Amino acid sequence: MSESILSVQHLVKRYGDATVVSDMSFEIAPGECLGVIGPNGAGKTTTIRMCLGLTVPDEGLVTAFGLHMPRDALAIKAQLGVVSQFDTLDPDFSCAENLLVYGRYFGLRDAQIRERIPALLQFGSLTHKADAKPGELSGGMKRRLSLARALVNNPRLLLLDEPTTGLDPQARHLMWERLQMLLSEGKSILLTTHFMDEAERLCNRLLVVDHGKKIAEGSPRDLIAQHLEPDVVEVFGAGALGLMDSPLKALAVRVEVSGETVFFYTLDAKPLMQALVAYPQLRTLHRPANLEDLFLKLTGRQIREDA
Amino acid sequence: MQMTQSRSVWRAPELSMRWWPVFLRNLLVWRKLAIPSLVGNIAEPLMWLVAFGYGMGALVGKISVDGTPVPYILFLASGSICMSAMQAASFEALYSAFSRMHVQKTWDGIMNAPVNLDDIVLAEMLWAAFKALFTVTAILGVMLALGISYSPKLLVAWPVLLGVGITFSCIALIFNALATGYDFFTYYFTLFLTPMMFLSGIFFPLEQLPEVVRLISSWLPLTNAVELVRPLFMDQWPTHVLRHALVLVAYTVGGFWIALALTRKRFRG
Repeated sequence: MSESILSVQHLVKRYGDATVVSDMSFEIAPGECLGVIGPNGAGKTTTIRMCLGLTVPDEGLVTAFGLHMPRDALAIKAQLGVVSQFDTLDPDFSCAENLLVYGRYFGLRDAQIRERIPALLQFGSLTHKADAKPGELSGGMKRRLSLARALVNNPRLLLLDEPTTGLDPQARHLMWERLQMLLSEGKSILLTTHFMDEAERLCNRLLVVDHGKKIAEGSPRDLIAQHLEPDVVEVFGAGALGLMDSPLKALAVRVEVSGETVFFYTLDAKPLMQALVAYPQLRTLHRPANLEDLFLKLTGRQIREDA
Repeated sequence: MQMTQSRSVWRAPELSMRWWPVFLRNLLVWRKLAIPSLVGNIAEPLMWLVAFGYGMGALVGKISVDGTPVPYILFLASGSICMSAMQAASFEALYSAFSRMHVQKTWDGIMNAPVNLDDIVLAEMLWAAFKALFTVTAILGVMLALGISYSPKLLVAWPVLLGVGITFSCIALIFNALATGYDFFTYYFTLFLTPMMFLSGIFFPLEQLPEVVRLISSWLPLTNAVELVRPLFMDQWPTHVLRHALVLVAYTVGGFWIALALTRKRFRG
């Protein structure tokens, strides 16, 4: 067994005729943040549930800390922290009580937990809300309480299922800062997300999944370099779609249309930008290719033109 | 490598002491709401007892139980306390457990920690039984204050009523596992519990019923509970203890086993 902290090998999960996870394999090294990105229904949550032993795979193997799931589920979970997609906070308890009660599930003594509560609340920027119930918290505070709760057992690995979905930018940035703190402390993270900026910012390595399959794997920069041309020129405005029939197409390696916008993927944007000067009614945006482009290319949600 | 082992939901329960923090969680919530919930739990049974016991009791006079004449209020009190145990346990194991399981997703949160589903179901079962015991204790206190029975054997009735709570929480958890919403429980109460109340010798002696109905009645859990508890209120030892206890144990074990299997099925994603 390698020194990976979590190892997932050839996982398969079927529901009836539908295969929701198909031959999924990945590993997480200590201190690493692995991001799993994919559209809704790509099998991200099912994969996490199989890692937790909550869903039994039809095929494949999950090992964590050298232990086998689901046989050693309890021993593995003792070293895991989980933030699920939807908060499962206790609405009748204050923030501090939520942490206390959750710590007990790990077999921790009350005195031990109470000792940790101030630091956990501080970590979640919730010290002033220690006695408030989840119903009185904002969305961002609830997510941070969920994260603080997941840390009550001082886990080695965190499984975070869309931890920032539904948060405003401020709350999201605070969450990112906290996750970066955890990574710098040496914790490992498995993160699913819809947000490419989140994936790019936090993850050492990414898995792109669609239809239950892993379709790409690598660091965010490598994936972009590997799959995309470095420059993107977006053109929109009245008559933009007409460019599809113009000689400008030859200036790009790939051209795509999404809605009313034409995307030119190019190795060198200069000639294209110069040519576009002849179309003053069109608006242009020249930018480097990013993960979102990669995601759209790989998961194929845009209307494609044959290049 | 293959790991294809879809373990049967009917496999033996895998229980450990990890149910205890789950039970404690429910206790901590309840402590915040105990007084209002106490009023709700005991006010209705007491109104029935007073209205029927004294009102009807004046009309009925004494009732013969195995040849012993008994005041109607004592007859009713000894039966209705079983009904209260049943209702308190059922309510908790249905509406409240369903809230935690389905609405608040409390169970999902707990299962992300090292606690398995079997221990959660056990905790909910024992918790509902505890709620029944609490309700029963409060009602017993009022009955003592009213002087309905001073039988020293009430001390034995107390743990028996805990057992009745356990039996009915096990049965109720079956329906909790099957529920899609709160409305589902109305069927359980109106189609199962309410008819049973009338067929278990709580309000009138079973001798009043036709032979066929009595035969059915003798296998109902509530009837067997009443048969155990009523003599204790009359300062007598129940007859056929083993038979009644076995019926209750069968419902308990069978109920828990089915409830656990169906709950596992529900959570097997």
